[in-house]
Amino acid sequence: MLFFVARRLLYLIPVLIAVSLLTFFIASLLPGDLAYVILGDQATPEKVAALRHDMGLDQPIWIRYFGWLGNILQGDFGRSFRTGQTVLQAVTERFPVSFELMILAEIIGLAIGVPLAIVCAARSGGAFDRFMTGSAFAMLSLPAFLSAILLIYLFAVELRWLPATGYVPFAEDPAANLRFMVLPALTLALAEWPGIMRVLRSDMIATLQEDYIALAKAKGLKASRILFVHALKPSSLTLVTITGINIGRLIGGTVIVETIFALPGIGRLLIGAIYTRDLIILQGVVLLVAAGFVVMNFIVDLLYAVLDPRIRHGHA
Amino acid sequence: MATLELTIEEDVSALPARRGRRLGLLFWFAIGWMTLMFAVAIFAHVLPLPSPTDMDMLERRAPFSMEHWLGTDGLGRDELARLIYGARISLVVGICAPIIGLTIGGALGMLAGYFRGRFESLVVGSMDVLLAFPPLILALAVTAYLGQSIFNLTCILGVLGIPAFMRVARASTLTLARREFVIAAQALGATHARILLRELLPNVLLPLLAFFLLGVAVTIVVEGALSFLGLGVPPPISSWGSMIGEGRESLEVAPRLAFLPAIAMFLTVLSFNLVGDTLRAITDPRQGAL
Amino acid sequence: MLSVENVAVELPTPRGNLRAVDHVNLTVGAGRTLGVVGESGCGKTMLSRAILQLLPKKAKLSGRVMFDGQDLLQLSPEKLRKLRGRSLAVVFQDPMTSLNPVLTIGTQLIETLQEHLELDQATATKRSVELLAAVGIPAPEQRLTQYPHQLSGGMRQRVAIAIALSCEPKLLIADEPTTALDVTIQAQILDLLAREQRRRHMAMILITHDLGVVAGRTDEVAVMYAGRVVERAPTPALFKKMRMPYTEALLAALPRIDAAPHTPLPAISGRPPDPTRPLKGCSFSPRCRYAVARCHAEKPDLAEAETPAHQYACFHPIENHAGAAA
Repeated sequence: MLFFVARRLLYLIPVLIAVSLLTFFIASLLPGDLAYVILGDQATPEKVAALRHDMGLDQPIWIRYFGWLGNILQGDFGRSFRTGQTVLQAVTERFPVSFELMILAEIIGLAIGVPLAIVCAARSGGAFDRFMTGSAFAMLSLPAFLSAILLIYLFAVELRWLPATGYVPFAEDPAANLRFMVLPALTLALAEWPGIMRVLRSDMIATLQEDYIALAKAKGLKASRILFVHALKPSSLTLVTITGINIGRLIGGTVIVETIFALPGIGRLLIGAIYTRDLIILQGVVLLVAAGFVVMNFIVDLLYAVLDPRIRHGHA
Repeated sequence: MATLELTIEEDVSALPARRGRRLGLLFWFAIGWMTLMFAVAIFAHVLPLPSPTDMDMLERRAPFSMEHWLGTDGLGRDELARLIYGARISLVVGICAPIIGLTIGGALGMLAGYFRGRFESLVVGSMDVLLAFPPLILALAVTAYLGQSIFNLTCILGVLGIPAFMRVARASTLTLARREFVIAAQALGATHARILLRELLPNVLLPLLAFFLLGVAVTIVVEGALSFLGLGVPPPISSWGSMIGEGRESLEVAPRLAFLPAIAMFLTVLSFNLVGDTLRAITDPRQGAL
Repeated sequence: MLSVENVAVELPTPRGNLRAVDHVNLTVGAGRTLGVVGESGCGKTMLSRAILQLLPKKAKLSGRVMFDGQDLLQLSPEKLRKLRGRSLAVVFQDPMTSLNPVLTIGTQLIETLQEHLELDQATATKRSVELLAAVGIPAPEQRLTQYPHQLSGGMRQRVAIAIALSCEPKLLIADEPTTALDVTIQAQILDLLAREQRRRHMAMILITHDLGVVAGRTDEVAVMYAGRVVERAPTPALFKKMRMPYTEALLAALPRIDAAPHTPLPAISGRPPDPTRPLKGCSFSPRCRYAVARCHAEKPDLAEAETPAHQYACFHPIENHAGAAA
């Protein structure tokens, strides 16, 4: 187990370095000079040259990269030239919103996808199974921003049950916070459950053919115990994998959903930085999101190892 | 004793496989919708349509009429014309971007799967780095620096598709490279280029093309998402994504302005997914269809 | 105690219905053992699954399976569930696949005990340790927290036997319990099963393709071929005087210790008939060296012979019997 963790950790480092390189070079090599952006209308060649010199933009790119990386390793991701806020401040302030949204979305997605997968697998080939499999396939073609419009129209415009936009921090008023969070989380969950259901369903259909399920039946166990313990537990590995694969899409979805529902999360910070051409914030957020994504994938890998006793005991 | 272990299953599986499942009505509906979209997109400028960018401030959010079949949008532009010209953008970006992914990713995947060794590690490793970014975030960041244009958008979405195509091509090449016909060609002294182009390419192309259709569906969605955020195609060009984004503002008064492009996009994405998935199932090399 | 009456199993296949079990009649008395012998695909596993009601969903089952005076086919799912594992237990062929890989040995043992005997956690754990010790597993306490992959094949089959024995069943069905194991382990497992069967005075059905396995360990033997029982007799009577040419061929196919080295094994030529296209005559006739015209034209019934309780389905039973050496 320790060996497994160490090997994964060792792989994490070059990937993170490559991520930082790519982020830096996207920001540095592509057109769009920071000095022009900052100076805006008042840009004269002299002023630009002076600012470039002040910011070190006239130095060779490698020196700038290592300077930037050095600052980051000391926790300095830069500072917005528009608001004066540091990247780290901005991100930590907004992270809880995005995190809550993603967790809620994943919980709802699992709450819809897992029971459906179990019911469909237990009665595979039946009318309900065929209907749900078809629906899941159709739902895969419904991107988050379409279902968001649909949900807003239904619950906020027509029924007026839930607010379409707005946010209250959880610590201030949990009930109001959840009211604002329901539609965004549901939007993301609608994109999540079809994948969860499809993969888990086919996995469980395979598991239900196993000898150990026949033995569990022969042991006289209750159907619920056979489905939830004997069949679902081996498939939980698959569930972890698919959740891991979904994280990337979930992050992308968060950006869109936060923009639509006006939630002050990381995604909105990113979009705001793009609209206002706040390139320092943009660069910092992209780096942090990508790094977070890499680390989350690493955690999923570890979780996988913890769940599978064969890997845990070093048999794989 | 071993001779007693004959099984009846052998006999059953030795029978010729039944003809593949019929493609079904839905498949042909999907093909029909795709054809319709292609037709209107290609002949958009020949069709008797009002200009999609001409504004008529007196005719804002007009209902369905003989003059404007699907009404007008918030700036008095003809909705049907905008939908049809939007189909153009969706299809152009949706098809050109995966072609970039298919060409570069497919080539890299085949070379990696055929030559193996260090080159393969390098290709797989760099794809891992590209995959370390949530795709939409990378697309947004690059668009922010490069600026909005259809060309830039296509290139970015194309590059984002490379890893997926690389994986499909590499997986197919890995299995195919061990097949008899490749080994036979090697034994006959064929050059690497000949084996890659004449023996492997025709076989790898099938699963890649099936995957291509799924790639089109994904690209249309991502393009839509970017345009929806106002970061895709620059206005005043109409795109389904930006139409949905504009329609969102008037959801209370004229929900059709968001729903019409949404339906068009959903049906198109669903069609590409359906056809792609059907073809993928047929061409899956694991099922011995090749 | 168990009587299988006219049981037939049909499986729909792309080529038509496959008759896996063809009107079989068998009985096992309390505390008795029955060996069911036949080639792979002869329907013996399907028969055991039919008794346990574990057939695939699309299989069609007819006949009666009387167990303790009630017909298992008519039982409600809930009553059947209470019977399984409690009075009716099974050991499957492959211990690599019949134990759940992600649950500990302890969980898999204790869940059965708690399901049927309503024991509390501590008592159930104590019972589990006793059971593991009884089936010859060293350090049983430690095994409870281990997973199946941490045990050898033989040990796993012992665990499977412990699970089967856990609720003191009245009938144990052992479906090829040693086929997947090393030859050196096979005898140990079979002896363990025989010992526990006698000690607990339970009935047992031992299913195998190996006539040698049933020889010393069963009271009665039924030989199956192409879904039918073709010969049935008390074990000593069968080995003393087998009448069905197929039984003889099965016995001849066993490797012998006393044979000279490099003697080729006399295999049964040909293969079993296609079960989706039943033959008009005796199913074994195409492979039988004694077959005559009548054998190809007419199906022999399973009938009692000169000795009571010895039944066989053959027009030309072996008279000068060849299997004396066994």
